Amino acid sequence: MAITILIPTALRAFTDRRGEVQAEGKTVGEAVASFAKAYPDIRRHLYEEDGTLRSFINVYVGEMNVKNLDGVDTRLKDGDTVTLVPAIAGGRV
Amino acid sequence: MSVIPDGRLADLSNEEISRYSRHLLLPEIGVEGQRRIRAAKVLIVGAGGLGAPLALYLAAAGVGVIGVADGDFVEASNLQRQIIHSSKDIDRPKVASARDKIRALNPDVNVAAIGVSLTSANAMEIIKDYDIVADGTDNYQTRYLINDACALLGVPNVYGSIFQFEGQSSVFYAKEGPCYRCLYPSPPPPGLVPSCAEGGVMGVLPGIVGTIQAAEVIKLIVGGNDSLIGRLLLFDAWKMKFRELKIEKDANCPLCGEHPTIFAPIDYERFCGLKKTADEKPVETITALELKARLDNGEKIQLIDIREPHERAIVKFPDAKTIPLGQMSRRAGELNPDIDAVFLCKIGQRSVFAIRALEEAGYAGRMLNLRDGVNAWARDVDKNLPQY
Ligand SMILES: [Zn+2]
Repeated sequence: MAITILIPTALRAFTDRRGEVQAEGKTVGEAVASFAKAYPDIRRHLYEEDGTLRSFINVYVGEMNVKNLDGVDTRLKDGDTVTLVPAIAGGRV
Repeated sequence: MSVIPDGRLADLSNEEISRYSRHLLLPEIGVEGQRRIRAAKVLIVGAGGLGAPLALYLAAAGVGVIGVADGDFVEASNLQRQIIHSSKDIDRPKVASARDKIRALNPDVNVAAIGVSLTSANAMEIIKDYDIVADGTDNYQTRYLINDACALLGVPNVYGSIFQFEGQSSVFYAKEGPCYRCLYPSPPPPGLVPSCAEGGVMGVLPGIVGTIQAAEVIKLIVGGNDSLIGRLLLFDAWKMKFRELKIEKDANCPLCGEHPTIFAPIDYERFCGLKKTADEKPVETITALELKARLDNGEKIQLIDIREPHERAIVKFPDAKTIPLGQMSRRAGELNPDIDAVFLCKIGQRSVFAIRALEEAGYAGRMLNLRDGVNAWARDVDKNLPQY
């Protein structure tokens, strides 16, 4: 399945400034893994040491958080868009 | 449902009817809504990029009591976006400058200038006097502290956050929807995400996001239906796109879930990983003067500038090899492990990330972090260079 992954500004330093990348996978977990393989410097930002996705990055398919679907096993259709939504913390500075 | 109880409402004077007529003409606000606005007490945490439009619009709207909490002083680099402060305010406490602007705009507003940062020790005591809190902070410790204190006190928390060109906003009101912990159970470990001081921020971005927060505050006061409770608004100022995502309440949330375990503010420095743990190997540092001495001695050193090209254009560091942070692991092979490597960035924060990334990639050579970065070189060694 061809999947589009939307990359927030906070992570674009690791995707050669790209805001949108293509990935492959039948599930959210597979799509994110195929994307991380193409941009190895982003790996430590996406995954904990035990290989689970980090809790300060939410993954959305459409407008739903995969936490409220089937997590990384959430099935994807060809053409789906996956959005990474990390915690950001600017404001006062 | 308005968060302002009816018992606190009083009649508007003729002067107030004239001043706020554009609100009174809106059936969604009207006379009753304006009476609620005047009765409302709103605490703005952070008198910075988000706090500036929040304070100005809430003052203009006639919010009765506005508290502004911030322990910082105005710096020149704030003025690109923090429009409540002016050039003449540099070095003044931010809350003093904010108080002056609010009073000049609307003398009827009662301003509480709280010149300290919110901490676990004072947050409950400060927040309990307010109906609504607007979060304009720039760090995770205060963000989780505000979230927890608001949920524990039953106060809605109007959230905004920004980075570079992107903003987020939502309303966390545990009584009626999810809290920040339901969305992000834990913060990123320090050393993984750069701050705005390093990553930069488009000046108008906090103006837009802070104004969205001000709109949400007004709606909570007058009882608007479609607040951002349970919705995360994402804004990209560069693509000029808004998106909206759903946030569900997390049944396992330790604060607002079914079996809570947090009943008072906790130690947020520890929670955010800011206290050093014993097993963490410290990064070796080198000062600008030490580096200068070693270079003058003719020692062989690999200087690695981890900044991106646009940033190197602000201040170039002489004779450094450039490997942007985002390419560090895959370009580890370009370094010679037999020679000391010194990593440099703007203030010596992202260069630590670079060293950690190389450690993880198995690089075995000695790595040193240039303390305080290129700014220290400009401050202590080559005083002709600007600090940025
Ligand atoms: Zn919660």
